[in-house]
Amino acid sequence: MEVKPPVPQVPPPVWNEFKDLQEWEKYHQTRAQDDKTSNALASIADAIHHMPGGWIVTTSTEKIFNWARKSSIWPVTFGLACCAIEMMATFASRFDVERFGMVPWASPRHSDLMIVSGTVTIKMAPMLKRIYEQMPDPKWVVSMGSCANSGGPFRHGYHVVKGVDRVVPVDVYVPGCPPTPDSLMYGLLKLQEQVAEFQKTGRRATSSDPRGA
Amino acid sequence: MTPADARARIQEKFGVDAVADGGLAVTLPRDRWQEFARFAREELGCRYFNWLSAVDWKDQGLEVLCRVENLDRHLVVTMRTRLPAGETRCPTLTALYRGADWMERECYDMFGVVFEGHPDLRRILLSEDWEGYPLRKDYAVDTPQAPYR
Repeated sequence: MEVKPPVPQVPPPVWNEFKDLQEWEKYHQTRAQDDKTSNALASIADAIHHMPGGWIVTTSTEKIFNWARKSSIWPVTFGLACCAIEMMATFASRFDVERFGMVPWASPRHSDLMIVSGTVTIKMAPMLKRIYEQMPDPKWVVSMGSCANSGGPFRHGYHVVKGVDRVVPVDVYVPGCPPTPDSLMYGLLKLQEQVAEFQKTGRRATSSDPRGA
Repeated sequence: MTPADARARIQEKFGVDAVADGGLAVTLPRDRWQEFARFAREELGCRYFNWLSAVDWKDQGLEVLCRVENLDRHLVVTMRTRLPAGETRCPTLTALYRGADWMERECYDMFGVVFEGHPDLRRILLSEDWEGYPLRKDYAVDTPQAPYR
Protein backbone atom coordinates (compact mmCIF):
# COMPACT_ATOMS: atom_id res chain seq x y z
CA MET A 1 0.00 0.00 0.00
CA GLU A 2 1.45 3.29 -1.12
CA VAL A 3 1.35 6.09 1.43
CA LYS A 4 0.55 9.47 -0.10
CA PRO A 5 2.08 12.61 1.40
CA PRO A 6 -0.41 15.07 2.92
CA VAL A 7 -1.72 17.80 0.62
CA PRO A 8 -0.11 21.14 1.47
CA GLN A 9 -2.67 23.68 2.61
CA VAL A 10 -0.71 26.77 1.53
CA PRO A 11 -1.27 27.35 -2.19
CA PRO A 12 1.79 27.62 -4.42
CA PRO A 13 2.45 31.31 -5.11
CA VAL A 14 2.75 31.19 -8.90
CA TRP A 15 -0.05 30.12 -11.18
CA ASN A 16 2.05 27.75 -13.26
CA GLU A 17 2.99 25.79 -10.18
CA PHE A 18 -0.54 24.43 -10.01
CA LYS A 19 -0.77 20.93 -11.34
CA ASP A 20 -4.14 21.36 -13.00
CA LEU A 21 -7.45 23.16 -12.82
CA GLN A 22 -8.74 20.98 -10.00
CA GLU A 23 -5.88 22.07 -7.80
CA TRP A 24 -6.41 25.71 -8.71
CA GLU A 25 -10.08 25.53 -7.88
CA LYS A 26 -9.35 23.89 -4.55
CA TYR A 27 -7.75 27.11 -3.39
CA HIS A 28 -10.07 29.50 -5.19
CA GLN A 29 -13.52 28.18 -4.42
CA THR A 30 -14.48 30.95 -2.03
CA ARG A 31 -15.48 34.34 -3.34
CA ALA A 32 -16.06 37.74 -1.83
CA GLN A 33 -19.47 37.99 -0.21
CA ASP A 34 -20.70 40.80 -2.43
CA ASP A 35 -19.28 42.66 -5.37
CA LYS A 36 -18.40 46.15 -4.11
CA THR A 37 -18.02 47.71 -7.54
CA SER A 38 -21.38 46.70 -8.90
CA ASN A 39 -23.07 47.65 -5.61
CA ALA A 40 -21.63 51.14 -5.94
CA LEU A 41 -22.73 51.37 -9.56
CA ALA A 42 -26.20 50.15 -8.66
CA SER A 43 -26.56 52.80 -5.95
CA ILE A 44 -25.37 55.54 -8.34
CA ALA A 45 -27.89 54.39 -10.96
CA ASP A 46 -30.58 54.32 -8.27
CA ALA A 47 -29.75 57.88 -7.24
CA ILE A 48 -29.94 59.12 -10.82
CA HIS A 49 -33.23 57.28 -11.32
CA HIS A 50 -34.84 59.05 -8.35
CA MET A 51 -33.66 62.49 -9.33
CA PRO A 52 -36.37 64.61 -10.97
CA GLY A 53 -36.37 63.65 -14.65
CA GLY A 54 -33.58 61.16 -14.04
CA TRP A 55 -35.70 58.20 -15.14
CA ILE A 56 -35.36 59.36 -18.75
CA VAL A 57 -31.62 58.86 -18.52
CA THR A 58 -31.75 55.46 -16.80
CA THR A 59 -34.41 53.87 -19.00
CA SER A 60 -32.72 54.98 -22.20
CA THR A 61 -29.32 53.74 -21.02
CA GLU A 62 -30.97 50.46 -20.04
CA LYS A 63 -32.20 50.10 -23.60
CA ILE A 64 -28.71 50.74 -24.90
CA PHE A 65 -27.21 48.23 -22.50
CA ASN A 66 -29.75 45.59 -23.44
CA TRP A 67 -29.20 46.21 -27.11
CA ALA A 68 -25.46 45.88 -26.61
CA ARG A 69 -25.85 42.77 -24.51
CA LYS A 70 -28.13 40.96 -26.91
CA SER A 71 -26.11 41.95 -29.98
CA SER A 72 -22.90 40.39 -28.80
CA ILE A 73 -23.76 37.02 -27.33
CA TRP A 74 -20.64 34.91 -27.51
CA PRO A 75 -21.34 31.20 -27.31
CA VAL A 76 -18.66 29.01 -25.81
CA THR A 77 -17.38 26.38 -28.24
CA PHE A 78 -18.71 23.30 -26.53
CA GLY A 79 -19.87 20.38 -28.63
CA LEU A 80 -20.94 17.14 -27.01
CA ALA A 81 -22.32 14.88 -29.73
CA CYS A 82 -23.77 14.88 -33.23
CA CYS A 83 -25.74 18.08 -32.57
CA ALA A 84 -22.38 19.81 -32.49
CA ILE A 85 -22.05 19.22 -36.22
CA GLU A 86 -25.24 21.19 -36.81
CA MET A 87 -24.02 23.81 -34.38
CA MET A 88 -20.79 24.13 -36.37
CA ALA A 89 -22.82 24.49 -39.54
CA THR A 90 -24.77 27.27 -37.86
CA PHE A 91 -21.57 29.04 -36.94
CA ALA A 92 -20.14 28.60 -40.43
CA SER A 93 -20.49 30.91 -43.39
CA ARG A 94 -23.72 29.62 -44.90
CA PHE A 95 -25.93 30.37 -41.91
CA ASP A 96 -23.54 32.85 -40.40
CA VAL A 97 -24.69 33.75 -36.90
CA GLU A 98 -21.94 36.32 -36.80
CA ARG A 99 -24.41 38.80 -38.23
CA PHE A 100 -26.24 38.51 -34.88
CA GLY A 101 -22.96 39.32 -33.16
CA MET A 102 -22.31 35.75 -32.09
CA VAL A 103 -18.68 34.75 -32.14
CA PRO A 104 -17.94 31.18 -31.09
CA TRP A 105 -15.32 31.67 -28.43
CA ALA A 106 -12.97 28.99 -27.21
CA SER A 107 -13.04 30.01 -23.57
CA PRO A 108 -15.90 29.95 -21.06
CA ARG A 109 -14.41 32.93 -19.26
CA HIS A 110 -15.25 35.32 -22.10
CA SER A 111 -18.56 33.77 -23.12
CA ASP A 112 -22.19 34.59 -22.38
CA LEU A 113 -23.92 31.56 -23.81
CA MET A 114 -23.47 27.82 -23.59
CA ILE A 115 -25.13 25.76 -26.30
CA VAL A 116 -25.45 22.26 -24.86
CA SER A 117 -25.33 20.37 -28.13
CA GLY A 118 -25.80 16.70 -27.52
CA THR A 119 -26.17 13.91 -25.03
CA VAL A 120 -25.05 14.71 -21.50
CA THR A 121 -23.85 11.55 -19.81
CA ILE A 122 -23.72 11.26 -16.06
CA LYS A 123 -19.95 11.17 -16.29
CA MET A 124 -19.88 14.37 -18.36
CA ALA A 125 -22.34 16.34 -16.24
CA PRO A 126 -19.82 17.57 -13.63
CA MET A 127 -17.55 18.91 -16.37
CA LEU A 128 -20.47 20.65 -18.02
CA LYS A 129 -21.40 22.23 -14.73
CA ARG A 130 -17.84 23.36 -14.18
CA ILE A 131 -17.74 25.05 -17.59
CA TYR A 132 -21.04 26.75 -16.78
CA GLU A 133 -19.68 27.98 -13.49
CA GLN A 134 -16.58 29.37 -15.17
CA MET A 135 -18.69 31.64 -17.37
CA PRO A 136 -19.16 35.18 -16.05
CA ASP A 137 -22.65 36.46 -15.23
CA PRO A 138 -25.00 37.19 -16.92
CA LYS A 139 -24.97 33.89 -18.75
CA TRP A 140 -27.48 31.90 -20.74
CA VAL A 141 -27.90 28.28 -21.76
CA VAL A 142 -29.52 26.88 -24.89
CA SER A 143 -30.38 23.21 -24.73
CA MET A 144 -30.04 21.89 -28.27
CA GLY A 145 -31.66 18.67 -29.42
CA SER A 146 -33.75 15.93 -27.83
CA CYS A 147 -30.90 14.49 -25.81
CA ALA A 148 -30.09 17.71 -24.04
CA ASN A 149 -33.77 18.54 -23.61
CA SER A 150 -34.91 15.28 -22.05
CA GLY A 151 -32.43 12.50 -22.65
CA GLY A 152 -33.97 11.80 -26.06
CA PRO A 153 -33.63 8.27 -27.42
CA PHE A 154 -31.22 7.46 -24.57
CA ARG A 155 -33.67 8.49 -21.86
CA HIS A 156 -34.10 4.89 -20.72
CA GLY A 157 -30.42 4.15 -20.83
CA TYR A 158 -28.45 3.81 -17.64
CA HIS A 159 -25.87 6.49 -18.24
CA VAL A 160 -27.67 9.58 -19.57
CA VAL A 161 -28.82 12.65 -17.68
CA LYS A 162 -32.52 12.99 -18.42
CA GLY A 163 -32.34 16.56 -19.58
CA VAL A 164 -29.56 19.05 -19.05
CA ASP A 165 -31.89 21.21 -16.95
CA ARG A 166 -31.11 18.82 -14.13
CA VAL A 167 -27.58 20.16 -14.19
CA VAL A 168 -27.75 23.82 -15.23
CA PRO A 169 -30.66 26.26 -15.72
CA VAL A 170 -31.82 26.35 -19.33
CA ASP A 171 -33.28 29.40 -21.09
CA VAL A 172 -34.23 28.08 -24.52
CA TYR A 173 -34.97 24.51 -25.57
CA VAL A 174 -34.49 23.70 -29.25
CA PRO A 175 -36.22 20.45 -30.26
CA GLY A 176 -35.03 18.16 -33.03
CA CYS A 177 -32.76 15.20 -33.52
CA PRO A 178 -30.57 16.96 -34.46
CA PRO A 179 -32.13 20.40 -34.94
CA THR A 180 -31.35 21.94 -38.29
CA PRO A 181 -29.27 25.12 -38.31
CA ASP A 182 -32.51 26.98 -39.05
CA SER A 183 -34.09 25.66 -35.84
CA LEU A 184 -31.04 26.55 -33.83
CA MET A 185 -31.02 30.02 -35.32
CA TYR A 186 -34.68 30.42 -34.41
CA GLY A 187 -33.81 29.40 -30.86
CA LEU A 188 -30.96 31.89 -30.79
CA LEU A 189 -33.28 34.67 -31.96
CA LYS A 190 -35.71 33.71 -29.20
CA LEU A 191 -32.81 33.89 -26.79
CA GLN A 192 -32.01 37.39 -28.03
CA GLU A 193 -35.59 38.39 -27.22
CA GLN A 194 -35.13 36.97 -23.72
CA VAL A 195 -31.87 38.82 -23.29
CA ALA A 196 -33.54 42.05 -24.32
CA GLU A 197 -36.17 41.45 -21.64
CA PHE A 198 -33.64 40.43 -19.02
CA GLN A 199 -32.79 43.87 -17.70
CA LYS A 200 -36.45 44.91 -17.50
CA THR A 201 -37.86 41.91 -15.69
CA GLY A 202 -34.75 40.34 -14.19
CA ARG A 203 -36.35 36.96 -14.85
CA ARG A 204 -34.11 34.01 -15.52
CA ALA A 205 -34.78 30.36 -16.11
CA THR A 206 -34.22 28.10 -13.12
CA SER A 207 -32.74 24.66 -12.90
CA SER A 208 -35.11 21.82 -12.11
CA ASP A 209 -32.52 20.48 -9.73
CA PRO A 210 -34.34 20.65 -6.37
CA ARG A 211 -31.17 21.62 -4.53
CA GLY A 212 -30.66 24.57 -6.85
CA ALA A 213 -28.14 24.79 -9.63
CA MET B 1 -3.76 -26.69 -38.76
CA THR B 2 -7.25 -26.83 -40.13
CA PRO B 3 -10.32 -26.32 -37.96
CA ALA B 4 -11.00 -30.05 -38.20
CA ASP B 5 -7.56 -30.85 -36.77
CA ALA B 6 -8.04 -28.33 -34.01
CA ARG B 7 -11.42 -29.84 -33.20
CA ALA B 8 -9.89 -33.30 -32.94
CA ARG B 9 -7.14 -32.05 -30.66
CA ILE B 10 -9.62 -30.28 -28.40
CA GLN B 11 -11.68 -33.48 -28.24
CA GLU B 12 -8.59 -35.45 -27.40
CA LYS B 13 -7.23 -33.15 -24.75
CA PHE B 14 -10.31 -31.70 -23.08
CA GLY B 15 -12.98 -34.25 -23.94
CA VAL B 16 -15.44 -31.64 -25.20
CA ASP B 17 -16.86 -31.38 -28.66
CA ALA B 18 -16.13 -28.03 -30.27
CA VAL B 19 -19.15 -26.88 -32.19
CA ALA B 20 -18.07 -25.74 -35.64
CA ASP B 21 -20.13 -22.69 -36.47
CA GLY B 22 -18.03 -20.28 -38.48
CA GLY B 23 -15.29 -20.96 -35.98
CA LEU B 24 -14.97 -23.37 -33.12
CA ALA B 25 -17.09 -22.83 -30.03
CA VAL B 26 -15.97 -24.59 -26.87
CA THR B 27 -17.94 -24.75 -23.64
CA LEU B 28 -15.71 -25.28 -20.64
CA PRO B 29 -16.02 -25.68 -16.90
CA ARG B 30 -14.70 -22.70 -14.99
CA ASP B 31 -11.64 -24.45 -13.57
CA ARG B 32 -10.33 -25.34 -17.03
CA TRP B 33 -10.73 -21.78 -18.37
CA GLN B 34 -7.07 -20.76 -18.03
CA GLU B 35 -5.85 -24.19 -19.02
CA PHE B 36 -7.78 -24.07 -22.26
CA ALA B 37 -6.64 -20.52 -22.99
CA ARG B 38 -3.03 -21.61 -22.60
CA PHE B 39 -3.70 -24.57 -24.90
CA ALA B 40 -5.34 -22.31 -27.49
CA ARG B 41 -2.53 -19.80 -27.35
CA GLU B 42 0.44 -22.13 -27.39
CA GLU B 43 -0.75 -25.20 -29.27
CA LEU B 44 -3.48 -23.91 -31.57
CA GLY B 45 -1.47 -20.72 -32.15
CA CYS B 46 -4.34 -18.38 -31.33
CA ARG B 47 -2.24 -15.40 -30.37
CA TYR B 48 -4.81 -12.72 -31.11
CA PHE B 49 -7.27 -11.92 -28.34
CA ASN B 50 -10.32 -10.53 -30.04
CA TRP B 51 -12.87 -9.83 -27.33
CA LEU B 52 -14.24 -10.89 -24.00
CA SER B 53 -17.77 -10.35 -22.81
CA ALA B 54 -20.50 -11.89 -20.72
CA VAL B 55 -24.17 -12.84 -20.88
CA ASP B 56 -26.55 -12.65 -17.96
CA TRP B 57 -28.84 -15.69 -17.98
CA LYS B 58 -30.68 -14.51 -14.87
CA ASP B 59 -31.17 -17.39 -12.42
CA GLN B 60 -28.93 -19.66 -14.48
CA GLY B 61 -25.94 -17.49 -13.73
CA LEU B 62 -23.52 -15.47 -15.82
CA GLU B 63 -21.75 -16.78 -18.85
CA VAL B 64 -18.33 -15.42 -19.80
CA LEU B 65 -17.32 -15.63 -23.44
CA CYS B 66 -14.12 -14.82 -25.17
CA ARG B 67 -12.80 -15.15 -28.66
CA VAL B 68 -9.22 -15.82 -29.68
CA GLU B 69 -7.92 -16.18 -33.20
CA ASN B 70 -5.02 -17.60 -35.13
CA LEU B 71 -4.70 -14.99 -37.83
CA ASP B 72 -2.19 -16.94 -39.90
CA ARG B 73 -4.34 -20.06 -40.20
CA HIS B 74 -7.74 -18.35 -40.03
CA LEU B 75 -8.67 -20.37 -37.01
CA VAL B 76 -11.27 -18.83 -34.71
CA VAL B 77 -11.97 -20.24 -31.25
CA THR B 78 -14.81 -18.97 -29.11
CA MET B 79 -14.52 -20.19 -25.55
CA ARG B 80 -17.30 -19.87 -23.03
CA THR B 81 -17.80 -20.79 -19.44
CA ARG B 82 -20.82 -20.67 -17.19
CA LEU B 83 -20.53 -19.29 -13.68
CA PRO B 84 -22.99 -20.85 -11.21
CA ALA B 85 -25.93 -18.69 -10.13
CA GLY B 86 -24.93 -16.01 -7.67
CA GLU B 87 -21.27 -16.58 -8.44
CA THR B 88 -19.21 -13.75 -9.91
CA ARG B 89 -15.66 -15.03 -9.68
CA CYS B 90 -13.86 -16.13 -12.82
CA PRO B 91 -10.17 -16.81 -13.52
CA THR B 92 -8.34 -14.09 -15.42
CA LEU B 93 -6.62 -14.42 -18.77
CA THR B 94 -4.34 -11.41 -18.32
CA ALA B 95 -1.30 -13.59 -17.67
CA LEU B 96 -1.75 -15.13 -21.12
CA TYR B 97 -3.13 -12.22 -23.14
CA ARG B 98 -2.29 -8.58 -22.36
CA GLY B 99 -5.34 -7.59 -24.42
CA ALA B 100 -7.57 -9.22 -21.85
CA ASP B 101 -6.76 -6.50 -19.33
CA TRP B 102 -9.19 -3.78 -20.41
CA MET B 103 -11.74 -6.29 -21.69
CA GLU B 104 -11.96 -7.87 -18.27
CA ARG B 105 -12.17 -4.47 -16.65
CA GLU B 106 -15.08 -3.62 -18.92
CA CYS B 107 -16.75 -6.92 -18.13
CA TYR B 108 -16.31 -6.19 -14.43
CA ASP B 109 -17.70 -2.71 -15.01
CA MET B 110 -20.83 -3.84 -16.81
CA PHE B 111 -21.54 -7.29 -15.34
CA GLY B 112 -19.64 -7.35 -12.07
CA VAL B 113 -17.63 -10.42 -12.98
CA VAL B 114 -14.65 -10.48 -10.63
CA PHE B 115 -11.63 -11.76 -12.50
CA GLU B 116 -9.35 -13.39 -9.96
CA GLY B 117 -5.70 -12.54 -10.46
CA HIS B 118 -6.36 -9.45 -12.56
CA PRO B 119 -3.62 -6.89 -11.80
CA ASP B 120 -5.82 -3.79 -11.77
CA LEU B 121 -9.51 -4.63 -11.56
CA ARG B 122 -11.48 -1.40 -11.28
CA ARG B 123 -14.14 0.35 -13.32
CA ILE B 124 -13.02 1.50 -16.74
CA LEU B 125 -15.99 3.26 -18.40
CA LEU B 126 -18.30 4.30 -15.59
CA SER B 127 -17.30 6.60 -12.78
CA GLU B 128 -15.70 4.91 -9.81
CA ASP B 129 -18.57 5.62 -7.42
CA TRP B 130 -21.17 4.01 -9.68
CA GLU B 131 -23.67 1.76 -7.96
CA GLY B 132 -24.56 -1.56 -9.55
CA TYR B 133 -23.67 -3.22 -12.83
CA PRO B 134 -25.79 -1.81 -15.66
CA LEU B 135 -25.80 -4.71 -18.12
CA ARG B 136 -27.14 -7.19 -15.60
CA LYS B 137 -30.77 -8.09 -16.22
CA ASP B 138 -31.78 -7.13 -12.70
CA TYR B 139 -30.31 -3.65 -12.98
CA ALA B 140 -33.07 -1.08 -12.83
CA VAL B 141 -32.49 1.71 -15.33
CA ASP B 142 -33.77 4.23 -12.83
CA THR B 143 -31.27 3.28 -10.17
CA PRO B 144 -30.46 6.58 -8.53
CA GLN B 145 -27.07 7.91 -9.53
CA ALA B 146 -26.75 11.03 -7.45
CA PRO B 147 -26.99 13.88 -8.09
CA TYR B 148 -28.29 13.93 -11.65
CA ARG B 149 -31.05 11.34 -11.43
